[in-house]
Amino acid sequence: MAASPTDRKYSKEHEWLKIDGDAAMIGITDYAQEQLGDVVYVDLPEAGGTITQFEKMGEIESVKAVSDLFTPASGEVLEVNQQVVEKPELVNSDPHGAGWLIRVRLSDASETEKLLSATEYDALIQAQA
Amino acid sequence: MPDQQTSTLRKTPLFDLHEQQGGRIVPFAGWAMPVQYRGIVDEHNAVRTRAGVFDVSHMGRLFVAGTDAVRLLRRALTYDVAKIDEGRGHYTLLCNDDGGIIDDPYVYRLDAERFLFVGNGSNAERDLEHVRSLVEPGMDVELLDRQEQTVMLAVQGPAASGYLARIIGPEVAALEKRGCTELPFMGYKLFISRTGYTGEDGFELATSIEAGRALWRQLLAEGVEPCGLGARDTLRLEAALPLWGNDIDEKTNPYEAGLGWVVSLGDGGEFVGRAALQRIKASGVPRKLAHLKALDRGVIRDHFPVLHRGEVVATVTSGSFSPTLGTSIAMAYLPVAQAVEGTEVEVDVRGRRLRAMVVRRPFVASGAVSQRTAQQQTASSKQQNA
Repeated sequence: MAASPTDRKYSKEHEWLKIDGDAAMIGITDYAQEQLGDVVYVDLPEAGGTITQFEKMGEIESVKAVSDLFTPASGEVLEVNQQVVEKPELVNSDPHGAGWLIRVRLSDASETEKLLSATEYDALIQAQA
Repeated sequence: MPDQQTSTLRKTPLFDLHEQQGGRIVPFAGWAMPVQYRGIVDEHNAVRTRAGVFDVSHMGRLFVAGTDAVRLLRRALTYDVAKIDEGRGHYTLLCNDDGGIIDDPYVYRLDAERFLFVGNGSNAERDLEHVRSLVEPGMDVELLDRQEQTVMLAVQGPAASGYLARIIGPEVAALEKRGCTELPFMGYKLFISRTGYTGEDGFELATSIEAGRALWRQLLAEGVEPCGLGARDTLRLEAALPLWGNDIDEKTNPYEAGLGWVVSLGDGGEFVGRAALQRIKASGVPRKLAHLKALDRGVIRDHFPVLHRGEVVATVTSGSFSPTLGTSIAMAYLPVAQAVEGTEVEVDVRGRRLRAMVVRRPFVASGAVSQRTAQQQTASSKQQNA
């Protein structure tokens, strides 16, 4: 598996957080989409809602199973990726790019200290393999 | 998959080839089997549009031969095997004394006194014991369990015939639907039938381990898609084919499952479960296996409750995502009044209500996908030439 992109932070639940000012984009990692298999549905929080770091924010469903989605950061949901809602397979084909899930306005920038760097995340998934 | 687990599971003679191919191995009915290689949806679509190959060596393969083979099988099965012509096969049921379904084997008649009985992998040993227990002293019949000595493959899809004819011979293409025969292949005997569990045209083949491995390799080299259990399940569900252990089992009878056509009562032949089945047929059944298509987003899965007008009336027996339809499909035993095309029900999906409608089987018709693609190609080339 290719090294995880260094332009973002990671959670132990295999989500990534890409910060852009006081907002951030959230998605799941390449490792996560590979483990899941073909994604057929994503159940995401609505724009305007608030989410809390490391709590369940939705579900992601593959042919064989459904998995909980946890948010790597707290904040207000600004936008849901409609493309992914309509074509869930984007999560498999481009998990770090077009397969992004939601955009949030971060409520506490210091929370990112609890997340992993790309190197730390890669070490984690190496150990799990 | 951790080595600890694999060591207690049985492996088919192709196991190392699945690992080499990047197959994701999971436990299934006591066997270590590939659930997918490239991905369930890709494999599913390959079978609907071209051809895929499945290792089904875990299934039971029992040869029944002798002058009393017909007599023995008549006692064991609900279907009157005397009606099966030589060189043909038929779907059958093995029932218990209460008319509950023990297994749903396919039986092939190779000649007047020689049959091949193919049962589910999870029931292979039980099927053999059940059939053996019905052998009466003095019966001229031999039971030969050939599972361990052979490999079984399923090659399914609109292009399956072409691939196999090129590798094995033109007799493959000449086989009629549900026909079966034995052909020479690599110096061994190869059993082949034009049957399958995907709803597409296709074949099932059984042969020696050496020939089976060579055939698997050659099919892959020719471009046939290796397919795992994941795609096998989505394909059979789209074809509305029941899965023993989910949609049918010892607690269900053929009539409520829509399998009355496989119960032969007319010839008067005695078989296990006959009296019970006669009673059930006469009194009618209160529920029927219905086919549900989701109207809302989400995936209906096994064991989810099904509601009608707010009341729980059934439990899902099989449910999954249909790659061809792009929506979820499922089966459940509904009360007869609701098991009617057009009835709307709700399925409780982890607390959320998902609307679904009762539809006619199958969800996807045989050849529908490849025919639609061919029609689209004809239409677009007409447009270009206009």
